[in-house]
Amino acid sequence: MRSLFRFLLRNHFLMLFLVLEAISLTLMVSFNDYQRVTFFNSSNNLVGSVYQRFSNLDDYFSLGRTNARLAAENASLRKQLQNRIRNQENYPINRPDTVDAPAYIFTSAKVISNSVNKQFNYITLNKGSRQGIKPDMGIINDQGVVGVITNVSPNYSTGLSLLNKRILIPAKITTNNYFGSLVWDGEHYNTADLNEIPFHVIVNVGDTVVTSGFSNIFPDGIMIGVITKYDVVSGTNFYNIKVQLSTNFKTLKYVEVVQNTKRAELIKLESNNVKE
Amino acid sequence: MIKDFGKYIIMFVVLVLVQVLILNNIQVSGLINPYVYILFILLLPFTVPGYFLLGISFLLGISIDIFSNTPGIHAGATVLLGFLRPGIAQLISSREIIEKGNMPNMTQLGFASFLKYIVISVVIHHLYLFLAEAFSFGDILETLLRWILSSIFSIVIILASQFIIFKN
Repeated sequence: MRSLFRFLLRNHFLMLFLVLEAISLTLMVSFNDYQRVTFFNSSNNLVGSVYQRFSNLDDYFSLGRTNARLAAENASLRKQLQNRIRNQENYPINRPDTVDAPAYIFTSAKVISNSVNKQFNYITLNKGSRQGIKPDMGIINDQGVVGVITNVSPNYSTGLSLLNKRILIPAKITTNNYFGSLVWDGEHYNTADLNEIPFHVIVNVGDTVVTSGFSNIFPDGIMIGVITKYDVVSGTNFYNIKVQLSTNFKTLKYVEVVQNTKRAELIKLESNNVKE
Repeated sequence: MIKDFGKYIIMFVVLVLVQVLILNNIQVSGLINPYVYILFILLLPFTVPGYFLLGISFLLGISIDIFSNTPGIHAGATVLLGFLRPGIAQLISSREIIEKGNMPNMTQLGFASFLKYIVISVVIHHLYLFLAEAFSFGDILETLLRWILSSIFSIVIILASQFIIFKN
């Protein structure tokens, strides 16, 4: 026993190195269960408040651009509203059904931290459980899909950015409604891969890709991007499609968090299928 | 001694903030991510005890990890650097200099030795970091390219910061 202690003491530098390195590796590997390691991420309060302060300062430099985008979005929403009012005046009987109308609730939030240069990118938002944000809500902005919330603290929340290889978004091509799944290619901050589109489908460069609504996270038809390139990989039955993302992840400032109010009901119903 | 301690604490906080608020936002086609915070480990006196060197390396790495949502990746890389630092120091300089002049900076080591010290340290740290981040040997060529370009960028920033500090 004494000699063991002496051995440890003599080699304490090496031993301490091995212990710390083992802790690091454990953290690295167990982070795959990213829901569990809630302390070590930027939704904790100290880190959130540092990012919040810096983001407040940084905001002043982009006021002009942000205003211009808000004005443009206002204009497009106003146009949609006008169309709707006109429709209702022309066809008063054709009123939308109010029973299942508000399936999705939108909460606006500010991005206080964001990266595009890692293999697994994350977003931190300035709203949390006190403002009704919960894990598994979608994040979008006026340009398109942004990501999904994974961790929530009282005042902040973090999520996987679309630029994260762990996220998979059910998507469809608008021209023919064929659906597949969209995954980031890990190479460039504005391209992603659309998989699982069988190669008998006619695909064109310039076709629009939107969310399919099958994920019960995003509503149907939220813009994702445009097809820029496609080819068939020999030996498979599926296209290899490159999509240019419509969201500019480098200038992300304000986003909306989407809550599907009927998600719990849907999941319960669908889990019954699995049991049977 | 107390004064020095305060100086190092300020340096720690400043380097972490500069890294997570400014440098983490630099990206040139996703290939260049400079990591300059390791300057803190490199500038610690040669006389610090080993356990302290390893402990502070781990603390520095985990601080960066918490801010950038990468648990363990930076901590592992900085602990490796802390472990290898005594060896690197002996490699680039004679024993007398390490024992007598106990500050690893440009004026005491001389430019050539200091450059060697920085280059070896950055290259080792970044290699661990990028391999751990990719976590596979799939895109090995791209990972290597990111490693080389980012290392060059980090080295340039570290040297520039040292010139600015020591010329005044």
